[in-house]
Amino acid sequence: MTLLRTQALKKHFGDTRAVDGVDFVVNEGEFLSLVGTNGAGKTTLVNLISAFLLPDSGKIFIGDRDITHAPVHQRIRAGIARSFQLVNLFDDLSVLDNVALSIFAREGKTRRFLAPAERDAAVTQEASGLLEQFGIGAKAQATARDLAQGERKLLDVAVAYALRPKLLFLDEPTSGVSTRDKAQIMDTVSSVVRGGGITAVVIEHDMDVVFKYSDRVVVMHEGRFLADGPPEEIRRNSDVAKYLLGTDV
Amino acid sequence: MLLAFPALAGTYHTQLLTYGLTLAIAALGFNLLLGYTGLLSFGHSAFLGAGAYSVALMMRYLGVSSMELFILGGVVCSAALAALLGVVCVRHTRIFFAILTLALSQVLWTLAYKFFWITGGTDGLRVPFSQLSLLGGLVRFPGADAFPKFITSYYYYVLALFCVCTVLMWLIVHSPFGKTLQAIRDNETRARFLGVRIWRYRWYAFLVSGIFTGLAGILWVPLNGLVTPDVLYWPQSGKIVFFAVLGGFRNFTGPIVGAVLFNYLEVYAVAVTQYWQITLGVILIVLVTFLPAGIVGSAVRLGAKLK
Repeated sequence: MTLLRTQALKKHFGDTRAVDGVDFVVNEGEFLSLVGTNGAGKTTLVNLISAFLLPDSGKIFIGDRDITHAPVHQRIRAGIARSFQLVNLFDDLSVLDNVALSIFAREGKTRRFLAPAERDAAVTQEASGLLEQFGIGAKAQATARDLAQGERKLLDVAVAYALRPKLLFLDEPTSGVSTRDKAQIMDTVSSVVRGGGITAVVIEHDMDVVFKYSDRVVVMHEGRFLADGPPEEIRRNSDVAKYLLGTDV
Repeated sequence: MLLAFPALAGTYHTQLLTYGLTLAIAALGFNLLLGYTGLLSFGHSAFLGAGAYSVALMMRYLGVSSMELFILGGVVCSAALAALLGVVCVRHTRIFFAILTLALSQVLWTLAYKFFWITGGTDGLRVPFSQLSLLGGLVRFPGADAFPKFITSYYYYVLALFCVCTVLMWLIVHSPFGKTLQAIRDNETRARFLGVRIWRYRWYAFLVSGIFTGLAGILWVPLNGLVTPDVLYWPQSGKIVFFAVLGGFRNFTGPIVGAVLFNYLEVYAVAVTQYWQITLGVILIVLVTFLPAGIVGSAVRLGAKLK
């Protein structure tokens, strides 16, 4: 069942065709990887879907609902959440507060002002549970800025995940971490996201990661889709090999 | 100790501390914006003045003498002003926010001058303590020799309100709402992508901040006995910023300590030298250079290091 689709989505920056008439479909329950060389338009596409940028033309639907012109908070309510390429946390807040805030936002409790946040046992419990799932439960009381890079990446995903979206975009969740941490992060993210029944779109450069974790791979090149299919098919695709891997099949 | 203060310290020092406590309420309100929302206002004199002028105008034109009615009327006026100015200011951040708040507060200062037939112009409006009543008329201060009684009673009145404000602000900054403001301060983009409507929350913070500062103006004016346009002038906003820098704006108690301490500093600097502004300026430079976390912030850091 289709969860999200775009129709002839276009975003140009001057002469650069970042996203050039893309028809993108995400099906419910899949773990999809969006790959491509630098400047292929992956992040721009996610930025358009998440309302970080507005498209020049085209349409975006979640289910049957047209969200092309919906502001960020409405898209989040419609079930879209995202993480960022560069870790985007509330650095001066505790690790627990980072996730708790996401839950408060989801539950519409951010206007409550006459009781300490910690008093909300349900939220605190859920936030602690999530941190345990992501393997950073022991750091709950640490300040977010004091975490190691790999832990920060996990927290970044946990904050987006805590919104309990239908569709979660993860922009390079393993960038800037060691090869060993990469596997650990992807194992954790994949297991939590799949376990939570959430559809995920991951932007990733590391093709080993892509082929190992994805149900489907979409390859972008110069603002358009070059290939779309299961990992094994993408691995054998000669265009992908030429433009993305720089080799022949 | 605070309860025994009037008996131990006498009228003059009680009066000084009462001034300090009223200013501390303003500092609490100001710091909700600076310390917790990341917005530096250079126009908080507007709310101090709104509160103070509300009291004076109600006394002069409506014959009101009840402090509780002054508080009610003054808070409504401050809230209305904050709501209005907030709509204009909170869409901007950093220097643009600071300049806008400064400019708008100076518009009010000009109005207080120009509408002299209402505001008394530079002569201001008197708010004599002898016409004031506390606790629904239970406590009055008739006659000129009632001043010590007024100071003692008023000190306890302000102290009680200060405690209420402190508890209220503590709850606000530790609540989900307060955490949301801190999230906006730390990372506006990420907060937006949690579904937080940034302008709206900044406006709420601006409103609460204006109400607290307005209350400070309401409580300040009976002590001063007079309100003039000076209360709306930009140096008054600068003083409120000074409170936060002096005590430290990244912790809860810093601005409170800063406000009380600044009040003493100013009084003693004025008494010691005619160049008191230079003295305060030097203190500010030393603080920003060597103790950017302020007195309380630095003490907390030192305590953490010693542990």
